[in-house]
Parts: sequence; structure tokens; C-alpha cells
Amino acid sequence: MQYKSATTHQSRPEFGIVEASNLCKSFGAARALCDVSFRIDPGEFVAVLGANGAGKTTLIRLLAGLARPSSGEIFIKGLSVRRHPSETRRAVGVMSHHIYLYDDLTAEENLRFYARMFEAPQARAETLLKEVGLWEHRRKRIRTFSRGMAQRVSLARALLHDPEILLLDEPFTGLDVYAREKFKSMLDKFLDEKRTVILTLHDIDYALEKAQRVLILRHGRLVCDRPVDRLFRTEIMETLLPSEPSLK
Amino acid sequence: MELRSKEILNGMLLFSLVVAVIFGFIFEPGSEELKTAGPGILWILLVFSGNIGLARSFNREYENAMMQGLLLCPIDRSVIFPAKWIGNMIFISFELLILIPLLVILFDLPLGEHRLSLAAVLLLGVAGYSAVGTLFSTIAAHCRAREVMLPLLLFPVTVPILLAGVKASALMMTDAGLKEAVSWVKILAAVDVIFITASFLLYEHIVEE
Repeated sequence: MQYKSATTHQSRPEFGIVEASNLCKSFGAARALCDVSFRIDPGEFVAVLGANGAGKTTLIRLLAGLARPSSGEIFIKGLSVRRHPSETRRAVGVMSHHIYLYDDLTAEENLRFYARMFEAPQARAETLLKEVGLWEHRRKRIRTFSRGMAQRVSLARALLHDPEILLLDEPFTGLDVYAREKFKSMLDKFLDEKRTVILTLHDIDYALEKAQRVLILRHGRLVCDRPVDRLFRTEIMETLLPSEPSLK
Repeated sequence: MELRSKEILNGMLLFSLVVAVIFGFIFEPGSEELKTAGPGILWILLVFSGNIGLARSFNREYENAMMQGLLLCPIDRSVIFPAKWIGNMIFISFELLILIPLLVILFDLPLGEHRLSLAAVLLLGVAGYSAVGTLFSTIAAHCRAREVMLPLLLFPVTVPILLAGVKASALMMTDAGLKEAVSWVKILAAVDVIFITASFLLYEHIVEE
């Protein structure tokens, strides 16, 4: 069930569920992204790979509406992120290595706060806390949680409004084995529901195993956009290697 | 959250008490010097303890990148400014509400006859100061030396508020007459309107990048 969803993309069949058009982002003289275009269809699991500083996090921030592109445009479900910020934010769940939770609130209070913000039913907080295995810890403050536990609450936060698209920016960073497996199983469940996932990560094996499509960024440019079945690990490695001859 | 940790209020109150005690040692209770310095003492407490509160007011939003969490919500981003501004106004006003009676009891600080008007002037000062303070504390929160950066940004800009506020308060506290204070109150109100409007309009752009 969707809560206060944006207009469905079916009404605009010419667009994918996520579409980036000639996206550029500069920070002063430094170019983080340059002329990036792609289209992602509903239900696709897309892995975004790239070396540190390639522009992965910037791309996720732009897709999430956390930053404005210097030029180009992003469409979520056929709606411009710039012109329809509220509607597009409702369609997207975001998770990164930041947890986006108040340290001084309990896990339950944090989720109830976000439920109010997204106009999602309060009962959803309870359901998700059970799903991430933290129901017994619901009355503990986030400050007292381990990194893995906090990240699980953060996943619950990202799923609270039942988004159609999940943007994950290196979500496995700092997780222990248990938390990582728990997270992966929740992600599998999300994918089984034919939702769209865009995931940035460094784990090539996981990307090749789970993703349907791989985007590779290099120095802010999209250098590869191919289905996983037409891509080899060595090929990815070669693309990811730094361009400086001394490092090759 | 503040009720749980009292991080902001405790810091502001402790600082104000220390400053008040120092002034208590300098001036004789009920003396003429205290009458002259009274308005200045009040505004020094407002400005410096307010600065402590403002510097901490965004700590919670910048732990765990919570500000980005708020920006991800499908709400109008311009509502974040009034929410934080009103919060900061409440903290500073609450602190003054405790401190002023304490100064009167301990040091016989003369408030004059126009106490309601004086309260209104202080409230106007708090409103303008916390509006600019909320804007600048958001900017300073991005910096590493945020506690140093905030007063560097805030104090020069708020000079018109302080000037008009101190002048109006001094005239009211020394019973020089409300009429003479009115022109300063008008200036204070006008500066408030400019600062609050500008902060409101600029805020969305500042939190976005």
C-alpha cells in the first residue's frame, strides 16, 4: 500500500521511474558529475560503482533532492524533482552511511516522528521495528545503539512511507556480519515486491550477483551502463582502475 | 529533546549566572553605577548567553546528518526556519525570565516603572537576534570551528538590534520617559522586520547545499 503517493508514472509512459537527463554538478571549480544521463525502469535493481570521488554519493544526493544539479534534470515517476519536490520525495526512500536519526530519541520515537512527516500510519513504525528485529529495543535511545542496530533503524526509516524507489548509498559501511546479512535479506524482500533499487557500493561481487544493471562512474562521467549478464568482473575492474598511468 | 538533555538551557543559564555574579562584585547593589550599567548588563546577558544557545541549537540536526533527514521529508523546507527560530526565541526568553528576577533580587537592579514596555523591547530584541542567529547558526554548523564562526558572523550584523535595544531599554529603565524611547523602539521593530524577512527568504537556499 502506498501512502500519499506521487502521481503514478503509468500516466507518463514516456518516462522511466527514475530518469536523469544531462546531469551536471559542480562544487566551485570542481566537477562532481558531468553529463550523466540514464533511465531506470520500475522494478530494476541498479548498482552504481565507482572509485572514491567518482560522484556516486553526489548522484544519490541529486536523485534524493538533497542537492540541486548545476544543469540537467531529474524525473522521478515522470515528475521533475525540481518542480515537484514533495511528490517526488514521497516516492523515494533514502539510506546512506548517515543514519538520519535523532540520537536523543528512542528508535520508536524517531520512526513515529518520520511517520508524522510522511503522513504514514503510526502503526507502520511498530511493524518495521519488528521486521528489523529491534522491537525489544524500541524504547532505547539511538545514542545507545551499535552501528549495526542504528543502521537497521535507518532502514526502517527509509521504508516507513512504503516508497517505490530505494536509494542506498553504501549502506553496508560499518556493518557487522549479522547486520549485513539482516540488511541483505530485507533488501531481497523489498526486491521481491518489484520495487526499484539504486545502490552505490564497492562490493563488485554483490553487485554482479544481485543487480540487474550496473552503472559505472569515473571522474563524474557515466562510462558504463550495461545489464549485468553482459558484464564481466575483470571488465568492471579495468573500468574502475584510476586513469593515472602510475597507478595502473 | 531539550527537556531530556537540557543541553542548551543549562549552558545558557550557567554562563549568565557567572556573568551576573561578576557584575555583582563590580557594582554595589542599588548604586547609581548599576542604574547606568543595568541596561547594558541585561543586553550583554541576552547576547552572549543567546549565542551559546544558538551555537548548540543545530547540534542535534547535524549529528547523524539529521538535517538531511529533515530535507528528505515531503514538507515545505521553509517551515524549518520558523520552527527553529521560535524554539530559539523560547529558550532565550525563558532564560531572561529566570535571570531578570534573579538580578533584581540579588543586586537590586532597577527596572524602572515601564516594565511591560521594557519586556516588549527585550522581546523584540530576542526576536530579531534569534532570527539572524538561527540563520547564521545553520551556516556555522557546516564549519569545523562553528563555536568561533557564529559570533564572528552574528555580532557585526546584529549591531543595529543591540544599539536600538540598549538605547530604548536605558531610557525606560531610568524613567527618562517613554516618548524618547519610542523612536528607538521603532528602529528596533524595523530592523526586526528586515532581519526576520531576509532570514526567512534565505533559509531554504542555505539548508539545501
